[in-house]
Amino acid sequence: MLNSLFIVNTSGDVILEKHWKSVIHRSICDYFFDAQRKASSPEDVPPVISTPHHYLISVYHNQIYLLAVTTSETPPLMVLEFLHRVVQTFTQYFDECSDSAIKDNIVIVFELLDEMLDNGYPLVTELNILQDLIKPPNFLRNIANQVTGRTNVSEVLPTGQLSNIPWRRQGVKYTNNEAYFDVIEEIDAIIDKQGSTVFAEIQGYVDCCCKLSGMPDLTMTLVNPRLLDDVSFHPCVRFKRWENERVLSFVPPDGNFRLLSYHIAAQNMVAIPVYMRHSIQLKGGTGRLELTVGPKQSMGKMLEEVVVEMSMPKAVLNCSLVPSHGKYSFDPTSKLLQWNVGKIELGKPPTLKGTVSISGTAACEPPPITVKFKINQLTVSGLKVNRLDMYGEKYKPFKGVKYITKAGRFQVRT
Amino acid sequence: MTDSKYFTTTKKGEIFELKTELNSDKKEKKREAVKKVIASMTVGKDVSALFPDVVNCMQTDNVELKKLVYLYLMNYAKSQPDLAIMAVNTFVKDCEDPNPLIRALAVRTMGCIRVEKITEYLCEPLRKCMKDEDPYVRKTAAVCVAKLHDMNPTLVEEQGFVELLNDLLSDANPMVVANAVAALTEINEQRPLIEVNSQMVNKLLTALNECTEWGQVFILDALADYSPRDEREAQNICERISPRLAHANAAVVLSTVKVLMKLIELLPNDSEFITQLIRKLAPPMVTLLSAEPEIQYVALRNINLIVQKRPDILKQEMKVFFVKYNDPIYVKMEKLDIMIRLAQQSNIAQVLSELKEYATEVDVDFVRKSVRAIGRCAIKVEQSSERCVATLLELIQTKVNYVVQEAVVVIKDIFRKYPNRYESIISTLCENLDTLDEPEARASMIWIIGEYAERIDNADELLESFLDGFHDENTQVQLQLLTAVVKLFLKRPQDTQQLVQKVLSLATQDSDNPDLRDRGYIYWRLLSADPVAAKQVVLAEKPLISEETDLLEPSLLDQLICHIGSLASVYHKPPNSFIDAARQPLRQINNGISSGAPTGLLDTVAHSTTSTTNSAQPTVIPAQDTLIADLLSLDLNSSIPTGASATGGFPAPSASGGLEDLLGGIGGDGLMGDNSSPQDMGHGAAMAAASANAGMGGLADLFGSTIPSATGGLNLPKQLWLDASKAKGMQLEGSVIRRNGRILMDMTITNKAMQAMSGFAVQLNKNSFGLFPAEAIQMPAPLLPGQSINVSVPCNTGGPVQRMDPLTNLQV
Repeated sequence: MLNSLFIVNTSGDVILEKHWKSVIHRSICDYFFDAQRKASSPEDVPPVISTPHHYLISVYHNQIYLLAVTTSETPPLMVLEFLHRVVQTFTQYFDECSDSAIKDNIVIVFELLDEMLDNGYPLVTELNILQDLIKPPNFLRNIANQVTGRTNVSEVLPTGQLSNIPWRRQGVKYTNNEAYFDVIEEIDAIIDKQGSTVFAEIQGYVDCCCKLSGMPDLTMTLVNPRLLDDVSFHPCVRFKRWENERVLSFVPPDGNFRLLSYHIAAQNMVAIPVYMRHSIQLKGGTGRLELTVGPKQSMGKMLEEVVVEMSMPKAVLNCSLVPSHGKYSFDPTSKLLQWNVGKIELGKPPTLKGTVSISGTAACEPPPITVKFKINQLTVSGLKVNRLDMYGEKYKPFKGVKYITKAGRFQVRT
Repeated sequence: MTDSKYFTTTKKGEIFELKTELNSDKKEKKREAVKKVIASMTVGKDVSALFPDVVNCMQTDNVELKKLVYLYLMNYAKSQPDLAIMAVNTFVKDCEDPNPLIRALAVRTMGCIRVEKITEYLCEPLRKCMKDEDPYVRKTAAVCVAKLHDMNPTLVEEQGFVELLNDLLSDANPMVVANAVAALTEINEQRPLIEVNSQMVNKLLTALNECTEWGQVFILDALADYSPRDEREAQNICERISPRLAHANAAVVLSTVKVLMKLIELLPNDSEFITQLIRKLAPPMVTLLSAEPEIQYVALRNINLIVQKRPDILKQEMKVFFVKYNDPIYVKMEKLDIMIRLAQQSNIAQVLSELKEYATEVDVDFVRKSVRAIGRCAIKVEQSSERCVATLLELIQTKVNYVVQEAVVVIKDIFRKYPNRYESIISTLCENLDTLDEPEARASMIWIIGEYAERIDNADELLESFLDGFHDENTQVQLQLLTAVVKLFLKRPQDTQQLVQKVLSLATQDSDNPDLRDRGYIYWRLLSADPVAAKQVVLAEKPLISEETDLLEPSLLDQLICHIGSLASVYHKPPNSFIDAARQPLRQINNGISSGAPTGLLDTVAHSTTSTTNSAQPTVIPAQDTLIADLLSLDLNSSIPTGASATGGFPAPSASGGLEDLLGGIGGDGLMGDNSSPQDMGHGAAMAAASANAGMGGLADLFGSTIPSATGGLNLPKQLWLDASKAKGMQLEGSVIRRNGRILMDMTITNKAMQAMSGFAVQLNKNSFGLFPAEAIQMPAPLLPGQSINVSVPCNTGGPVQRMDPLTNLQV
């Protein structure tokens, strides 16, 4: 199991170390730093590194690495999942999981880690329970604690921890009872030079925000549950009922959580809501670039927050381009060309046109284009919530469903 | 209002300042001081001097303060064992506290204090906590047993904690069960005390549905070690765990896949149930690929295994393995591997156009691998070879240096697979001769020239141009050049005599490299003794190269399939060789369905005085103080690519280039006469193995004295097979030898440990030569420390044969 955890940043400093078994000297991180130096970018450091006596398993997030050290055979996925959970928890507690956030809250971080692992085994990772045990930092509470002498650490055992529904705390009370559901679909796609789809799939999520008093038991029915043949559920969903009746029945955790995620595979045709025309020539001194982006089968909904990005080759010095809509920027150090198109209205499709100055005379391969967009009130797959019923409590909650389609990893090859 | 303020005091008297604050009467001040101490501790500052002052704060009813002090104690108790005793009383008292949170906290912290003296005091409170009325305390106590076992295993066994843990497996609370399983697994890893039985399996399956995600992983991993009694039970387990495939936690999913993959083996292959189950397996694995890149990586490494074992599961899912340009490089490489494995006629067009796209990317390693992949596709799917070659030619036209080099290497393989089909492209290749600067590409090009010497008009000129810098070339290139020139000579003897003499003298007289010299001499003798035979040997028809590369050896694959989701599966290494031998002397090889043959050629097992000898079974049931010299980690890979001969009848490894020419020389008729009776085959094998051991030096002897060795007693220098440091003090040197028509394994065993050793047994794993010990090892009395002894074990060659790759890879 996990022996030790180090949090290090990209410049090679150890921000924090914690050991659950015997102490492993921080020089073990040197193996990691070696691998880091070899990698061309921070994301490219291999997640599992073996050293003569230890194995280093790491995740990268926002300029820091969480580095777990283990000495014996341990399922690496479990460690990785756990580390991601740590990142999520820190993000919830401190709004971001970063170098400075951790340094600012080092004692809480330490307390949290101590609750989350015991002897290297994950102990409490449910956010609901953790928040019961250790209150998140909060300006007002800090002041109040200072005055009253209370602390951020709970004195009693959180009730939910050992019940059959460990994800929900007891005694939740709200004056306004509400439950919001966001059905979010992300399109991952690779579009080739000619504009035809090489690969496309939908990654969908149902995220919830439940602020319901007591122990509500919810049942959600979908208009077309057949779409979901590859689903991962939050532990609260009763799998048997899904198998038999295709109904989502669950007692929700309190607050924000992901009810389910689903995957609609490449075999089913995925409608691509956007097209991209490009003509890029990068050779000899000056190159030309022309991009056009427009809606395609957007089912009457508008494309919003459209952003087009290209990581230019190193030889590109600068760009002088004219966008018909939106703004563009080029960062000469990171070589990132970003075109912020915004909303695409009906009519003439937005274009970005102009010249690119290049050092040297050799021709460069044009880089692939990443497109980001958002369509409100639409799911590409057609998934729809039919109804939501609540049992177990008497009050009538306010319910709402929102549908969003977004670009996931959407790439156009050039 | 942040904790960074705790770092701000960096004045000289910091410790002193903290000391006064810690001893302050005000609770608030005390707490702030402890926080400052903890903050310094986290960044690695030494605040151990404050130990007594911090421990004084322990007696408090403030939970946060208590927790903080406990955190401090865990860190520094080891350095101040005497002072740590001071804390014991408080711990014992806290274990009786009415608040279960405090009870659990106390027992948890006590387990983390790794001080011998404290462990004695821990036993009573721990025993009480294991029977506590509150499940939270019980589950914490279960983990504490594992902690205690790590420090003092005998104490745990004496005090009967293992039995108590076993009782917890039947606990009403699933979380307690899960933690008990986790603790037992950890204890079992070091010494198997409890085996999973069918009764336990039922309890575990019940707990599985209700416990936390992490508990599910523990339980599933424990289930993976269980072998069901019959089909029905296996099917039942499959049915009950398959809902876990829809879990959001990737670790749960992969552990479920592991158990299912293992159980599928037990069920009849063509049943409806299996078909359905296999259909269920694909979507969750695809889903793992949309997780974070780190998770994708581990998933891909495991999918690589699954695809080798059961290619049908994911054959429809090719597209999810397409590479995105912003995938991290480690994900890209793995995806590419799997794409090649899944490539078949129906999807080859798609795959090829993808690979071509990748070959223009920026990352050099990735581009190289993509080019190689195109070559693999050509070899794997015959119908596509034409298009692959065309694609490769296009890539060569780009003149990007590393692309060209990589393309040349794969084209050589394509020539091997489809001889006499694509020679038309040789001229294009020759144009790029000057740009090749990597040894492998140069060697490949030279091989091509040698192989097709009769069709390249200026082959002699081309080869001669390489000769000028002969001594600066890499060995690989030198060997290849030597062979190519000999081939050229045999094909066009009239005008190349001078050239061949030049290269032979370069190789034999002017070179320090024994490999090169030996090969040179073989050719020389062959050519001077019998040119017809030389032709037969050097220009012999080459065995076809295999379609798949990097395939894992089947028994290793089976073993890894049983360990899906483990670190071993990420590294594709045998699980038992994987764990740090120094820390964990043994780990029972999973003797489930497919434990089969361990991968090595030779497993030497030594028991110390207390154990019993059991040489018949592949896995020896470990007893106390047993030592298994885990020899698997030793890899006596021969540096000379010895392999099969054309006539010897061994399956040929897919050695690259023209190396097989040499092999023809070694085992072939030229030197040893045309003998292929089994006995002689064994002889050749033994010789090959011996030469592998003896390394380069021995090779010369081998050639010089092939005949004497068959009758007399060639004494090869013994090689170190096993180093004392890797085998708990047992050092093993040995060689395989033939004396009076029998194959003997000569070994010198030295005891470098502190204790006497006895009860030796020798076991050979299935190997390429069918070699197995004919008699049990004869060992007089226990081997005393420092003593060493020479033994010979006669061997026969009638044992089960299993192909190893490379043939002489002696994994001891």
